Parts: sequence; structure tokens; C-alpha cells
Amino acid sequence: MIPLEYFLIVAAALFSLGLFGMLTRKNAVNVLMSIELIFNSANINLVAFSRFVTGDTEGQVFALLVIAIAACEAAVALAIVMSLYRITKGVNLPDASVLKG
Amino acid sequence: MEDLAPKIIFWVFAALMLGSALFVVAGNNLVRSAFALLATFFSVAAFYVLLGADFLAGAQVLVYVGGILTLIIFGVMLTNRIYSLELNTPKFQVVPGALVSAAVFAILVSVIRVTPWKQASIVEEGPTTARIGQALMNQYVLPFEVASVLLLVALLGAAMLVRRRTDL
Repeated sequence: MIPLEYFLIVAAALFSLGLFGMLTRKNAVNVLMSIELIFNSANINLVAFSRFVTGDTEGQVFALLVIAIAACEAAVALAIVMSLYRITKGVNLPDASVLKG
Repeated sequence: MEDLAPKIIFWVFAALMLGSALFVVAGNNLVRSAFALLATFFSVAAFYVLLGADFLAGAQVLVYVGGILTLIIFGVMLTNRIYSLELNTPKFQVVPGALVSAAVFAILVSVIRVTPWKQASIVEEGPTTARIGQALMNQYVLPFEVASVLLLVALLGAAMLVRRRTDL
């Protein structure tokens, strides 16, 4: 059996990669992909804890709700990206400075 | 021998997951990043299978690969001129970003190694679909209903946001 720590460390690596993408990309769709990586790493943690720490399926219920909320987030965020594209003719996040005084 | 197979599967899919995730965040071409994300989502589904979460693995493939990834590819195609060479996406703050995420990773790994994790005495084996359904209908019925309202609101909100401004 693979110990819990291995799953947690792989999920931590996935989280750090997603954080790196979120901090360094200019394209809004790329930032969205990085956010999805972070969601997935959190979900791996939840499922691993439900398997090793509590031994039941409660963590899987939480992971299921996270998946549903990730779907909402992707839909709304892509709608915002479309609006941004209509305003700035591009999806570069540094261009989204209309609200800057 | 039967102890070796999960280890091999774990390391193969961990390598696939982290390699494709690295390609997603560091690759230059947006469409290739989207397809690398496909490999990441499938590896996460494989991890769920390794952890005994069969229903969640199915949901992962259906929702992420069938829904979210399709949505992201739509986003790529609607906001970029696919036939031009503009698809190479710029990066900025690479060194500070790498430092911050490496520091976060180091902190997480040290915390994971130091913490004495509680081990479950009994692990419930077998298919999880019925147990998840019962938990959603009994103990977690309020979050379940709130999630359904949230999905409806997100649907309407997304449709409102992409509507043309002229017909308001």
C-alpha cells in the first residue's frame, strides 16, 4: 500500500505548479488552466484523507462538491474572458486595467 | 507481486501528472497546454482509482474532461486567432513566481513530513456510489441543494455575461 505522504507530496507539487502558472502567465485562459490544477491538487488531498485518515467516503463527498463548483467557476470565468476579449481585443490580463484610476 | 502493481501505477501516473502539469504552466502554445491538461485530468482520475474512489474517478473524467476541458478549448478558440502565430502566450515575473511556488512547495513538504497523520483503523472497501448518494441525501443535503442553486446561477450569469450589450 502506498503511504498517505506520497499522495500529499504529489498533490503539493501539483499545487505549486498551478501557483507558478497563476503567477507567471499573462493569458487569462492559461491562468484558468492553472487554477484547475490547484483544484485538482486539493481534491487529491481530500480523497487521500478520506481514504487514510477517516476511512469512509466523507472526503469524497467534499471532492464531488469541489468538482461541481469548479464547473461553475470555469463557466463564469470563461464568460468574463469573453467580455474582456470584446473590450480589449485580447485576453492579456495586464490589459484589464479599465478600473484603474 | 500484487504489492508492486499499485506502486508502479502510482509512480507512472505521478510522473505523467506532474510532467503534463509542467507543460501546462510552462508551455508556449495555448492549444498544446489545453491538451496536456487532458493528461493531467486523466492522471488525477487514476489517482482516485488508486485511492478506492471509483465514482469520483468517473465524475472526474465526465466533468473535467467532458465539460471543463471542452469549455477551456472553446475559450481558446473564441479568444485567439488559431491560424495566426499569436497563440504563443507571454510570461512575466518568472523568477519571483518560481521562487514563491518553490518556497510554498518546500513548506508543504516539510509540514507533510513532520505531521503525525492519524491512521484510520477501519477502511471501508468496495463500491462508493451508494454510500456517496446516501451521504448527499442525508447528512449533506443542504450543501447539495446549495450547489444545485449555484450551478443554476452560474448558468444564468455566464449567459448574461457573454450576451451582446446592444440588446439589453
